[in-house]
Amino acid sequence: MSEKQTTTPMTMIQALRSAMDVMLARDDNVVVFGEDVGYFGGVFRCTEGLQKKYGAARVFDTPISESGIVGVAVGMGAYGLRPVAEIQFADYVYPATDQIVSEAARLRYRSAGEFIAPLTLRMPCGGGIYGGQTHSQSPEAYFTHVCGLRTVMPSNPYDAKGLLIASIENNDPVIFLEPKRLYNGPFDGHHDRPVVPWSKHPLGEVPEGYYTVPLESAAVYRAGSELTVITYGTMVFVAEAAAMESGIDAEIIDLRSLWPLDLDTIVNSVKKTGRCAVVHEATRSSGFGAELTALVQEHCFYHLEAPIERVAGWDTPYPHAQEWAYFPGPARVAEGFKRALERN
Amino acid sequence: MSKNAPACAPLRLHVPEPTGRPGSPTDFSYLHLSPAGDVRRPPLDVQPAEIGDLAFALVRVLDADGNAVGPWAPQITPERLRFGLRAMMKTRIFDARMLIAQRQKKISFYMQCLGEEAISVAHALALDEGDMCFPTYRQQGLLMAREVPLVDLICQLLSNQRDPLKGRQLPVLYSVRKAGFFTVSGNLATQVVQAVGWGMASAIKGDTKIASAWIGDGSTAEADFHTALVFAHVYRAPVIINVVNNQWAISTFQAIAGGEGTTFAARGIGSGIASLRVDGNDFLAVYAASRWAAERARCNLGPTLIEWVTYRAGGHSTSDDPSKYRPADDWKNFPLGDPLERLKQHLIGLGAWSEEDHQRTQKALEAEVSAALKEAESYGSLADGHVHSAAEMFEDVYEDMPEHLRRQRQELGV
Repeated sequence: MSEKQTTTPMTMIQALRSAMDVMLARDDNVVVFGEDVGYFGGVFRCTEGLQKKYGAARVFDTPISESGIVGVAVGMGAYGLRPVAEIQFADYVYPATDQIVSEAARLRYRSAGEFIAPLTLRMPCGGGIYGGQTHSQSPEAYFTHVCGLRTVMPSNPYDAKGLLIASIENNDPVIFLEPKRLYNGPFDGHHDRPVVPWSKHPLGEVPEGYYTVPLESAAVYRAGSELTVITYGTMVFVAEAAAMESGIDAEIIDLRSLWPLDLDTIVNSVKKTGRCAVVHEATRSSGFGAELTALVQEHCFYHLEAPIERVAGWDTPYPHAQEWAYFPGPARVAEGFKRALERN
Repeated sequence: MSKNAPACAPLRLHVPEPTGRPGSPTDFSYLHLSPAGDVRRPPLDVQPAEIGDLAFALVRVLDADGNAVGPWAPQITPERLRFGLRAMMKTRIFDARMLIAQRQKKISFYMQCLGEEAISVAHALALDEGDMCFPTYRQQGLLMAREVPLVDLICQLLSNQRDPLKGRQLPVLYSVRKAGFFTVSGNLATQVVQAVGWGMASAIKGDTKIASAWIGDGSTAEADFHTALVFAHVYRAPVIINVVNNQWAISTFQAIAGGEGTTFAARGIGSGIASLRVDGNDFLAVYAASRWAAERARCNLGPTLIEWVTYRAGGHSTSDDPSKYRPADDWKNFPLGDPLERLKQHLIGLGAWSEEDHQRTQKALEAEVSAALKEAESYGSLADGHVHSAAEMFEDVYEDMPEHLRRQRQELGV
C-alpha cells in the first residue's frame, strides 16, 4: 500500500464496498451484480450506492438463480469483462456448482488459455447470527478441492479491501468468502459480551484509494513461540481470545488466501514452535483443516513435538437454537491449544 | 464496427425497473386484469395446448360488489366459506402477533404472509386428506386451514424445549407431516421438483394422493423450477405447481424474475402443462382453480401450473425494510385488493356473515392466539435459553449415530 494514502475507519462492509467502488472507477470492464445488489444495495448493503454512481448497466440486480449468476459471469469474463458477482449467502451457492467446478475453474485449461474466467464470486459465510443451517455454512473446502479456483477469506476490513481488489484484478476465478459475523466487528466468539466495532481495531483503519493485499500471502496476526495456530476468517479472533485467556503464547497465522496458499509462512512458524493447531468453523471431517494438517505433517514432521490438533465445527448441520454449542468458541479452541502443548 | 451492424447499434443492456419506487407510486397497469367472470372454464380433460390463452388471462370470480360471477364460481357452502374466512383471519392475527413477539426479541426471526392468505387457505380446502403440500415459508395459511395446534407452531418459532423440530430450523421453516405439510427448506425452488417426485411415487403405487408444490415468482428463475416442469409433463405427474406472484422477491420486483411482457403461468405452456393465471386475492377463484387442478391431477390428466397474482404486503422477513425500495402505500393501490375484505363482503352479501360476527370472531381469535403464545412461552424460548439440549444437535444426522459423532458429543460433554 502507499504510505501517503488517507485512511478512514471502515467496517468490513464499507471496505468491501470501497474496493468495488475503486475498481468500478478504475476499470470500465468491472461489473457488479447479484440478487438485490442493484437498487437496494445488497441484503448486507455491501453494494449500496454503487448502482446510482455507475449506472444499471454496470451494477445490477439478477434473477434468483445462482447457476445463472455464475454462468453469465463466465460468459462476461470470456468476453473480457471482470465480473464481481454476489451470491447472497454461501449456503445458496450449490445450484451454481456445475458452472463453478466444471466451467469457470477449467475454462483456461480446456481452451489452452484461449478463454479465461476472471470472475470474483463474493459470498457471506459462517455463523454467529442465528441463521440456522441455510445462513451459516462455511463451504470453503468444496472450493479448495477444485483445481483452477482460488479461494480467499479475509478476516478484517483492511485485508477485505486489499484482497478483493487483488481478486478482481486476478485472471483466475476467485471464490471470495466473507465471514458475515465479522462484517461489523472483530467477533471473538464471546457472543454474550457487547459487540466491539471495527473502529476500535487497528485493522478497521482502511486507505480510501487503491491498494492490494497480495493473494497467496498469509499474515502472522499474532507472534508467539509455543504453538502455531493456522486459521482464517472469524476464527482468527476466536484463536486470539483463546490464546489470551489460556495464557498460551500462540503464533496465529491468518491464511487470508486458502488455496493456493502461502506455505512458507506456515512451515517457518511450525519449525519454530514445534507444535501446531488448525482451527476452522466449518465441519471437521474432510474439512480444509485436513489439508492443512497433511501439509504440516509433510513439511514439518521432524520438527513436530506433538500431534497436530484440529478444532472445528461438529460434523452436523448448523443448528439454530444450539448455535453456541456448535460454534467452536474460545473455550473449545483453548482446550485444543492445551492438548497440542501437553501431548508429546 | 461490424460490417453487419444495423443502424440501431451500439448494443445496450436492458435492466428492468419497476415504475414505483419510494416517493413515486407504482403504475399497476403492467398487470393484465380480466373482468370477473370473463374467463372460460375448460373441461378437465382439455388439452393443455388448447388453453394457452388462459396463461395470460386472469381467472376471477368475485366482482367489485362481492358477487360470485361467471363459469368459475364454485359450488361451496357458506359454512365452508366461513371456515375459510376464519382461517384467513387467524393467519393474519397470528402473523401480526408473532411480528410483535419478534420485535420483543422473544422470536429470533419471522416471515408473515400478509395479503396472501387466500392462496394457501382456499387451496387447502380444495385438497384432500393425504395430499402433500411442498410449501415455501409463506404458506402458513395451509397450517391454519388444517387446524394445526397453534402452541406447536409457536414452540417452533420460539425454538424452545417443545419445538417439534428440536431447535434445528429457523422460525417458520415448519414441518408437519400429519397436516400434509412437507418440511420447508430454507433454499429456494428445490422442493417443486420433489413434489413432482412425490406425485410420481403416488402414481407408481397406484395411490389416489396428489402433491402440491409452492414457489415464489422470484424463485422461478432457479433451474429446479424448469426441471420440475419437464418432469411433471413427461410423467404426467399428479401435481399442482403453484407460483405465488406477489410482485416482490426481497427488493427485486417481478420483472427481474422474468415477468416483464409475459406471465409466470406462461412458463407452463412451453412445457406442455395446463396453465392458469388466477386472482390470488379472490378466495372463490383460488378455491375453484385449485379444485380444477386437483381433480385433473387425481384423474390422471396430469399437472397444472397456476400463477396466483397477489401482493406481498409486508416485508420479505423481519430482516427486511421494504420502504427502502418500493412505495410505502403500494399495497393500498394494488388493484386486486385485500383477500379478507373481499370474502367478508361476499359473505355479508349472501347474508351469511355480519360486521358483528366479524368483530366477535376477530376478538375470539386474538384471544386464542394470545393464549397459545402464553402457553408456548411457558415452555421457554431461545431468548431465555430453554432450548433442546445440545446433545440433540448430534441426533438425526444419520439414522444410527456413527462413532465419530459419538466422540464429538462426548467431547462437548453433553
